[in-house]
Amino acid sequence: MSEAVPPLGGARFNGLAMIEDAGLMGMITLRGDLASAAMKAAVKTALGLGIPDQRQALSGEGGSALWMSPDELLLICARDGVAQVIASLEDALAGRHFLALNVSDARAVIRVTGAGARETLAKLCPVDLAPGTFTPGMVRRTRLGQIPAAFWLDGRGAFHLICFRSVADYAFGALCDAAAPGGAVGVHG
Amino acid sequence: MSTRLATGGRRLDRSRRVAFTFNGKRMQGHPGDTLASALLANDQMLVGRSFKYHRPRGIVASGAEEPNALVGLGEGARFEPNQRATTTELFDGLSCISQNHWPSLETDIGAVNGWFARFLPAGFYYKMFIHPRPFWKHVYEPFIRRSAGLGKVPNPGDPDRYEHFHFFCDVAVIGGGVAGLQAALAAAEAGARVLLMEQTAHWGGRAPVDGGAVEGQPVVDWIDATLARLQDMPHVTLRNRCMGAGVYDHGYLLGYERVSDHAPGSDAPRHRLWRIRAGQIVTATGAIERPLSFAGNDVPGVMLASAVRDYAVDYGVSAGDRTVVVTNNDDAYRTAITLKTLGLEIPAILDARQQGGGALAEEARGMGIRVENGKGIAKVKGGRRVTGVAICAQAGEGAVLEEIGCDAVAMSGGWSPVVHLWSHCGGKLIWDEALALFRPDPAQPPRGADGAGFVLAAGSANGALSLGAVLADAHAAGQAAAEATGHAPGATPAPQGTEDTEAPIAPVWLMPQGARTALRMKSWLDYQNDVKVSDVQLAAREGYESVEHAKRYTTLGMATDQGKLSNINGLAILSDALGQPIPQTGTTTFRPPYTPISFSAIAGAARGPLFQPVRKTPIHGWHEANGADFEPVGQWHRPYCFPRGEEGRHEAVNREIRQTRESVGLLDASTLGKIIVKGPDAGRFLDMLYTNMMSTLKPGRCRYGLMCNENGFLMDDGVVVRLDEETFLCHTTTGGAEAIHGHMEDWLQCEWWDWKVHTANVTEQYAQLAVAGPNARKLLQKLSNDDLSAEALPFMGWTEARISGIPARVHRISFTGELSFELAVPAGRGLALWEALMVAGEEFGVMPYGTEAMHVMRAEKGFIMIGDETDGTVIPQDLGLDWAISKKKHDYIGKRAQQRAHMADPNRWKLVGLETLDGSVLPDGAYATAPGHNANGQRNTQGRVTSSYHSPTLGRGIAMGLVHRGPDRMGEVLEFPTLDGGILKARIVDPVIYDKDGEKQNV
Repeated sequence: MSEAVPPLGGARFNGLAMIEDAGLMGMITLRGDLASAAMKAAVKTALGLGIPDQRQALSGEGGSALWMSPDELLLICARDGVAQVIASLEDALAGRHFLALNVSDARAVIRVTGAGARETLAKLCPVDLAPGTFTPGMVRRTRLGQIPAAFWLDGRGAFHLICFRSVADYAFGALCDAAAPGGAVGVHG
Repeated sequence: MSTRLATGGRRLDRSRRVAFTFNGKRMQGHPGDTLASALLANDQMLVGRSFKYHRPRGIVASGAEEPNALVGLGEGARFEPNQRATTTELFDGLSCISQNHWPSLETDIGAVNGWFARFLPAGFYYKMFIHPRPFWKHVYEPFIRRSAGLGKVPNPGDPDRYEHFHFFCDVAVIGGGVAGLQAALAAAEAGARVLLMEQTAHWGGRAPVDGGAVEGQPVVDWIDATLARLQDMPHVTLRNRCMGAGVYDHGYLLGYERVSDHAPGSDAPRHRLWRIRAGQIVTATGAIERPLSFAGNDVPGVMLASAVRDYAVDYGVSAGDRTVVVTNNDDAYRTAITLKTLGLEIPAILDARQQGGGALAEEARGMGIRVENGKGIAKVKGGRRVTGVAICAQAGEGAVLEEIGCDAVAMSGGWSPVVHLWSHCGGKLIWDEALALFRPDPAQPPRGADGAGFVLAAGSANGALSLGAVLADAHAAGQAAAEATGHAPGATPAPQGTEDTEAPIAPVWLMPQGARTALRMKSWLDYQNDVKVSDVQLAAREGYESVEHAKRYTTLGMATDQGKLSNINGLAILSDALGQPIPQTGTTTFRPPYTPISFSAIAGAARGPLFQPVRKTPIHGWHEANGADFEPVGQWHRPYCFPRGEEGRHEAVNREIRQTRESVGLLDASTLGKIIVKGPDAGRFLDMLYTNMMSTLKPGRCRYGLMCNENGFLMDDGVVVRLDEETFLCHTTTGGAEAIHGHMEDWLQCEWWDWKVHTANVTEQYAQLAVAGPNARKLLQKLSNDDLSAEALPFMGWTEARISGIPARVHRISFTGELSFELAVPAGRGLALWEALMVAGEEFGVMPYGTEAMHVMRAEKGFIMIGDETDGTVIPQDLGLDWAISKKKHDYIGKRAQQRAHMADPNRWKLVGLETLDGSVLPDGAYATAPGHNANGQRNTQGRVTSSYHSPTLGRGIAMGLVHRGPDRMGEVLEFPTLDGGILKARIVDPVIYDKDGEKQNV
């Protein structure tokens, strides 16, 4: 049996920031009533996490839960744990109106780290990336150049950017261009 | 002669020299020079020719307002036209050429236009070139384009890097002069996040040249100290070489940073476009001095008084040994005093005011300078250089009282606040009678969504002209901006600056006030576009009462400088000619950008491989490696065909079709949109979305559906799959996935918000492969132990199966008319499945087919294609798709519209097949003619070709088209004129040409 092929194949670029293919991970789109007790319990059971607030990303040992919209989360977990998480959600939410889908192959994830990470993203995304404004645990759905994208900042200062698989090359190329040496803006420390 | 003085030049590093060339002539300057100051230091006063008359033009100004000193900068791929010498920092190796001259700057043939100036009045082009009409395209326009010499496009492409940068702040301050520094400080002290932008490389604006004191200290010391304080504040961002280019709605502001124009060859981007969201914008953009309108005010050597002073103080350059100063205000006296102090001659100060000046005038007199009140210039002597002035009484008609020899004239007609950025987004102006200037009306600022103003003007840009007034005004603006963004201003008062004791300005719009026609015809308003006082007066006489119309008729202010020097003078002349006050005439509209910005900065990174995103399927790399000839479909690149060896496109397509029809072919259909629709109301929702019934579809089955917009027009089609009782999978067209998903969410969120339906666009989660042809099942069974027989998986059914060990959803759907399976597998496994099929299919000669083969095969089957058979004006009924429109449903989106009289009209053009009598291929889009002509004298039409191909299966051309009452006219022959003048005849036939009964796909 063949293994899944990641869209960027481990690509890496070191400029003002380090741009790296974050590889394969498990992703689940979860839609439903995020305010309901059932949903809270379901996510808690499946991933050990609460429901993230607007523009918030919660992370724990089991994975992450990213706020996407008032009725949608993106859950991130180990790739081989997806079926189990979905089963757990379906079990907990049985009889309720919700949607849980495995979308692990639909997207690429790119990690952006280093001193120039904020400025690299700010060249492409209309997001306030000042250190005091965009803080760890925040997620933002936005656009990167000409494509839709989202990113979140983890507790160790790494940005994780997700985009659709088909435009992974564009996203990686645009990030490398933005992180090209000589282009430091010098505003986001 | 203009020359470098022995001393002075506070911006220069005199210890070093930099070499540059102008029109190939080698020259030298110092680090710190602008190109303009270096040209003047080399006595290069003549820098260009005007647009219309090709008159000799010299440097007039020292900043962004310069209309004349435009050069083509750089060479080859780095050539840039229309660069202002006054804002170009000199660097070693700079090369530039002057513009709009032929054969040379000194000897220009186009200057003969000047001799005919009296025959080239305002509106000349409109009057002259309108008759006869065909002459415009073939004679006049090519001639005018050839004579328009302002700039050429660089060739080849630009080698430099450009980028955007998104930035957010509470308060953005535009302008790094005294006002900008103080406004930024006041806002920052209140705790606001502040961005301060300055278009030049220097902070402090004009203040170091004009002098004065702040809190008892020289103003230059205050500038340094304030700058240092701002640099120490972590919430303040300072940016020089960054111009505020435009103010837009919602506090959106564009900044144009020239990162490395002054340092070519560095690895930095050349320009950076700042895309800023600011809570409040403070425009501390200063003021621009106005020229005076007297005869010969365009002769090289006639300059703005402030510019003469700037060149002397900042760059140690004198415009001439003997400078006559002509003014209507006190400020120009500073120029006379500065020059005199430097040891240069001031033969006279001509003050147009009868009462003369104040303290500064006394100071000048005290230095022994001759000051003449109530006098002006009748005429400037000289051609390519000033040689003298004839003076006259300002009150008269220009009778010459005396001629004075000189080699420069420093003029000042007063100051105009730079209100551009205030005005971009709707800020209004008021005319200040006492100061003779337009300034921002604080009661009518640009307003945001909440109705409150989001722009504040500060300092000279707000009409505050003395240092003390500037500081107080800017301090208040900075505090107000901070407060408006939620930061309580501190208690620190504004610093105290020198207050002027200047005598009032006297508005002078024409010198002398009663100048005769001959003088008015030589009094320039717009230097670059050659608009004179007489032109504006003529426009007024010819009925151009609106300032906007007069501008376009005369071209006043339409040059690359956008009328920074000419607008106010021009509209004052227009007001006078119309006999109305200036505010009644008003100004023309100020539009961004403030000065031209590079196209490259606007494009940013969007060039080369990043010009546009290319969407790639999981199998894209294989396609590339196997010689695919791609075509764009939306942003996707899909293989059009896979040519082998020397094969052309046509042969490749024919081969792919034959293989698929005779054995088996593979199509990468991953680009098809896939949207999951789930919930208790999903069936009800899809019944509204599609024209046919979807709620009755059984789990395990597929159904083709049509989607219309509210106007009834067909917008998308595709196969709907029922996954389980609550869940559907809707396939959309390749280009339609995002739009249809948005359409669904729109209806769910805005109209049927209480329906329990969730949607998700899972297009990219799956690779989708079509395996089509008589051997398709044999191929799949080689790779699967699951039962894919007709009994287990009938036509229009689906099942889950493992193919080559990969979990797949297998659909029995066909777009080719052959036995066909569409396999959906996780995207990351798509390539593995594709390769497994290619290997297992070798015994069947399996090969991939591209989009063109797919198109031909679907056309042979009479299947429609969204975008070919539809164009936004076609309803399903036009395409004979009535079978897919439910009669049982009481409603669906588009149903009401389709019942309108025009839509139900039997006279609509309807889908038919078209068979050429000679077997050739009809041109796509060709029209079928009908007898007679329409109101425009064109042939009447009765139909058009929507799809047309060569069918290798049938060995002849096949086509579909929309024809007037088409289905009722089977067998009729239509005529299609072709582009080469011939006529192709085609018979109306059934659109389904291949396997009408569907026996091949249903096995």
